[in-house]
Amino acid sequence: MAEYTLNTPLTDEDIEQLKAGDVVFLNGIIYSARDAAHKKLFELLDAGKELPFDLQGSAIYYVGPSPAPPGRPIGAAGPTTSYRMDTYAPRLHSLGMKASIGKGKRSDEVKGAMQEHKGVYFGATGGAGALLSNSIEESTVIAFDELGPEAIREMKVKNFPLLVINDCHGGELYVKPNLEAALEEG
Amino acid sequence: MREIQGSDVVEAVAAMCIKANTELPQDVRNKFEQAMAEETSPSAKEVLRQLLENADLSKNTKLPLCQDCGLAVFYVEVGDDCKVVGGNLRELINEGVRKGYGDGFLRKSACDPLTRANTGDGTPAIIHFDMVPGDKLKIAYMAKGGGAENMSRVTMLAPAQGWEGIKKFVVNRVAEAGPNPCPPTVIGVGIGGTFEHAAKIAKKGLLRELDDTHPDPDVAAREKELEDAINRLGIGPMGLGGKTTVLGVKITMEPCHLASLPLAVNVQCHSQRHEEVVL
Repeated sequence: MAEYTLNTPLTDEDIEQLKAGDVVFLNGIIYSARDAAHKKLFELLDAGKELPFDLQGSAIYYVGPSPAPPGRPIGAAGPTTSYRMDTYAPRLHSLGMKASIGKGKRSDEVKGAMQEHKGVYFGATGGAGALLSNSIEESTVIAFDELGPEAIREMKVKNFPLLVINDCHGGELYVKPNLEAALEEG
Repeated sequence: MREIQGSDVVEAVAAMCIKANTELPQDVRNKFEQAMAEETSPSAKEVLRQLLENADLSKNTKLPLCQDCGLAVFYVEVGDDCKVVGGNLRELINEGVRKGYGDGFLRKSACDPLTRANTGDGTPAIIHFDMVPGDKLKIAYMAKGGGAENMSRVTMLAPAQGWEGIKKFVVNRVAEAGPNPCPPTVIGVGIGGTFEHAAKIAKKGLLRELDDTHPDPDVAAREKELEDAINRLGIGPMGLGGKTTVLGVKITMEPCHLASLPLAVNVQCHSQRHEEVVL
């Protein structure tokens, strides 16, 4: 397990060195998008229109933050469960997205797309919303304001703590549950 | 007939919403600390360390523990000898949710199931009412996040499947959920009743303290059996491996139809956010 500090936009070289289990501190700009925002992004893509941000080298954070209290750039901002974005992620990887950030398992299609297009899936600690918000220095809604917590935000992060869950070499960090041990006569 | 002021209900509900979302319950904190001492895997320890740091930060800054402040779920016990004045109880609770989620900068996550349009204020709350003897009003609140709730299931087993069938279903459900619901989770198991009642009692079990013991020793033993079995899955904190996959299993059992064996598994995330008040 290695430790890296990476800056966005991410390059093929950045991604290729990463292995499942590595710790990454991310700096730069990342974009929030979750269920409803992905649906709208795909409507734009299907209509041949421009997206509200450049996908090249981008990292998308599956997050719907709580409202920012006075004096803070953002509220609690931990990851949401990623599988709901599995239908969208392969196409976004093919168009230049380099990383997604969330929690929980990904589909075989997403893992395949990451291998094909040199992408990575980062895990952030679910439920550590207050802690993670400390690494977000600025946050601006750049699209779909009407979606409230699901709007797309451009966020400036500093030392955002991540774990490589799926790398571009087929590696995965999540353990396989041991059903046999669980159901043995205890 | 004892009278309870509606405004007291609104204030109490608002305060519970804010407290539950910003202060990790002491019983959960104890479990995190105990798990940290028992875990040998560095990643499991690191996740637990982050969760404890997160809890300290929330308490000090009043930022919610988690950005998903949940759908507001209530279990309400209304004493026969009390009466709420100054408003309809359901409306007063919803008013409290509006106030708590607004004043506390909590995320409003209630939306139309098809258009997905957000209702904007965290309501309507999910409220279960129960009539009980006495002149008190007990309101228990739970913040139910979507990630864990999505991993929950109701099933109708055949009576012949019995305890072994129940155990297999619960363990398989937790295994299938894997890292998704923010383990270490708390698992509410509802056995009996009807289709909808099993789900209702499964969730109600999540209001119990983590370190309590079920009053029926037979049920308590089954809770322990499930807890040990689930922990042998090795999923661990956030799915990264370890001994702590579940912080507690809470079984609630009620009689059912002689043709049925309803079973519900309600998954709750590690922070088990809940509060209750008696007025």
